[in-house]
Amino acid sequence: MGEWTVELDRDKCIGTGMCTSTAPHRFRLDGGKSTPVDEVVEPDDAVIDAAESCPMEAILVRADDGSVLAPEL
Amino acid sequence: MEIRPFPFTEPDELVLNPEYLELQRDEPVARVRLPYGGDGWLATRYEDVKTVLADPRFSRAAVMEPGADVPRTLPTMPAETNILSMDPPDHTRLRRLVAKAFTARRTEQLRERAQGIVDGLLDAMEERGAPADLVESLAMPLPITIICEMLGVPFEDRDKFRAWSEAAVAITAFTYDEILASGESLRAYIGELAERKRVDPADDMLSVLVAAHDNEDRLTTKELVSFGVALLVAGHETTANQLGNFVYQLLGDPDLLGELRADPALVPAAVEELLRFTPLGGSAGFPRIATAEVELSGVTIKPGDAVFVDNLAANRDPSVFENPNDVDFHRAHNPHITFGHGAHHCIGAPLARMELQVAIGTLLKRFPLLRLDGDVTFKKGRLIRGPQALMVRW
Repeated sequence: MGEWTVELDRDKCIGTGMCTSTAPHRFRLDGGKSTPVDEVVEPDDAVIDAAESCPMEAILVRADDGSVLAPEL
Repeated sequence: MEIRPFPFTEPDELVLNPEYLELQRDEPVARVRLPYGGDGWLATRYEDVKTVLADPRFSRAAVMEPGADVPRTLPTMPAETNILSMDPPDHTRLRRLVAKAFTARRTEQLRERAQGIVDGLLDAMEERGAPADLVESLAMPLPITIICEMLGVPFEDRDKFRAWSEAAVAITAFTYDEILASGESLRAYIGELAERKRVDPADDMLSVLVAAHDNEDRLTTKELVSFGVALLVAGHETTANQLGNFVYQLLGDPDLLGELRADPALVPAAVEELLRFTPLGGSAGFPRIATAEVELSGVTIKPGDAVFVDNLAANRDPSVFENPNDVDFHRAHNPHITFGHGAHHCIGAPLARMELQVAIGTLLKRFPLLRLDGDVTFKKGRLIRGPQALMVRW
C-alpha cells in the first residue's frame, strides 16, 4: 500500500484540538489551528481516526491514487 | 504554598468567583484541597488549561484505575467508567461511533427541525398566556426533544429521566444515596431501551451503538449503556441551562438586548460571546492525572498529581481576550474553550450552538417586549448552573 496524503482545510478548522489529541504524532496546533506534522504519511489508522473525529470535517485523508479514505460523508 | 479549599464557595447566580481571576493573575497553578481524596492543582490560565486538556501526558483514564484515590467532591470514586473518563485510543473508538451524527455539517441539517420545535413551543407558550416560565416552555423541552430524536429515546419518558438527570449532575442538591441511585436508574433505563433497539432497530444513535456492539464488537455492554447515559444527560442539561442563563442575562441588560434586537445578524456572535462569558459550571470539574513530569507556568507537576482546570477563568484570560470581563458581541476572534479542548472537546458543540442560535434568535424576533417577571432563583448544589424558573411577560 502506498503513502497517504493529509490535507487540512484551515478555513474549516476551529482548533478544537481533537486531532492533536487523537493523533499527537500527526497533527500540531499552530496559531490556534491544526496543521499536519507531515503531509505525506505511511498508512496510519490514527490519521483516519482524526479525520473521522473532527467535528468540522476539516481533515481529508487520501490514498496514493487520490481516492478519499476519510472522512466518510 | 497556600492550600485552598476547593471548590470555592457556592456559585452566586452567574457570577464568576473573583478568586479564580486573582489566582490566574498571582498563582496560575495553585494548590487546592478537595472535600475527599486530598490535594491537587488548579490551573486557570488559558494556555495551561489547554495543555492540561489536550496534552497526552495528562490522563482521564488514570482516575479510574483500581485503588485510585483522586481529589473529588463526592465521597466515593465513580463506580462506572464512561466516555468522559477514557483516554485515546479507547475514547476514540467510542467517540467515532457517533461523531458523524454531531458534525457541524450534519447539525446544520437539523436547523430546520430545531426551528419547527422552537416555533411549536413558543406557539404553545403564547396560547397559555403570560406570565410563562421560559425554562419549562422552551429551554428544557428544546434540547430534550432533539437529543431524544437523535438517540432514539421516547420523549414521553422525559419526566422520568429528567428527575434522574437532575440528581446525576448534583453535588449537594440531593443526598449521596440519591445521586448514586439516579445513576443506576439511568443505566437501567438506557439498558432496557438498548434491548428494545436490538429487537426493533431504528434510524437512531442507540441502534447504531447496539449494532456496533452486536455485529462488530466495537464496544462492551457497559460502554454502550454508559455512553447512552452520557449522551442523554449531557445532551440536554448543558444547553437547557445555558439557554436559561443566556436569556436571563440578555433580559437583564437593556444595552445588550437592544444591540441584538437592532441587528439579528449578530445572534451567532452573541451566542459565542455568551458561551465564553457565562459560567455554566459551578464546581470542580473533572481532574486529569499527570503521567509524566510537566511544567505549567513555572510549577512542576509530578507524575500522579491531579490537576483541575477552570475553563471559565481561561475564557477571561487577558492575554487572549481584550477586556475579558466585558460582554462584547463584536470580538473579531473568540477562541473560548467553553466546550473544552482536545480529545474531550464537547461532541455536541455544533448542536448546542445551533440550538442556542435558533432559540435566542426566534425568541427576540417573536417577542419584541419580552421581559422578566419577578425575581429569578438559581439552582444550587449542582455541577451546572441554571435558573430554577424564568418567569416572563411579553
